[in-house]
Amino acid sequence: MTPVMAHYIRPEVIAYACFGLVLLLVFAGALIAVIPKNIIYNVFGLATSLIGVAGLFIFLGSEFLAMMEVLIYVGAIAIAIVFAIMLSQPMHLQIPPRWRPKVIFSLVVSAVVFVSFGVLVAHTDWQAAAVRGGSWQVRRLGELLLTRYELAFELISLVLLVAIIGAIITAAALGRAQAGREEEEA
Amino acid sequence: MNSLTVYLFVALLLFCIGLFGLLQRRSLIGMLISIELMLNAAAINFLAFNRFLAPDPAVGQILVLFVMGIAAAEAAIALSLILALFRRLRSINIEQAHDLRG
Repeated sequence: MTPVMAHYIRPEVIAYACFGLVLLLVFAGALIAVIPKNIIYNVFGLATSLIGVAGLFIFLGSEFLAMMEVLIYVGAIAIAIVFAIMLSQPMHLQIPPRWRPKVIFSLVVSAVVFVSFGVLVAHTDWQAAAVRGGSWQVRRLGELLLTRYELAFELISLVLLVAIIGAIITAAALGRAQAGREEEEA
Repeated sequence: MNSLTVYLFVALLLFCIGLFGLLQRRSLIGMLISIELMLNAAAINFLAFNRFLAPDPAVGQILVLFVMGIAAAEAAIALSLILALFRRLRSINIEQAHDLRG
């Protein structure tokens, strides 16, 4: 290995390169998720962006949440959105052209939000907690979920159950009833 | 990449891209995708504060798990509503959904 190569293959350089790659995934994915009109491109952009966010989670020290991000968001939510696209077939529908003032207005609003929160973030003097420590292990997460946060944990399970039953009822039962009524009318 | 501000700005930019999409899209599925981006920006913020400021590193991770659970519930409800609306209107463009307009 030449000295020049050794200069570039240092751990910190590789870490910065990986960080840049992750940021590229996040923002390129987010822009693809928002800008193209074809909804399939949007879903793939969302998946790309979420994989980048999982990479950011690894940089922030939580491999467990990075795995959960890929599993829940990319594996479940993005796939559910693809199913909804296939069932509602928005690809075959005529899309009216975008209303330009709306796009400009949205750009202005998000720019104002970005600048105001950016000033807030840049001018705040963040103080770390006086005593810091504790375990990053998944084991500790499990213990806390079953002791201090047990009520919230059980409530989330209940919310998920109610949401799934409600989703089945709105998508299947009410939709069928509506479609049947329309056929009777026709 | 080892400072809180970098992660806060990354999350802020992601949030603003999501906000732009939410305001500008007319397809309901497109709006749902933008909302997922905004929720992820919030999750990045939780983990950044957890990594750099919080006394106990487990608490922020648990909060992000809760955010993911709520996001899954929200996606399930939203997609079923989109399907019901599509059956009714033959469209998922929100500008078509004006039955309640006075």
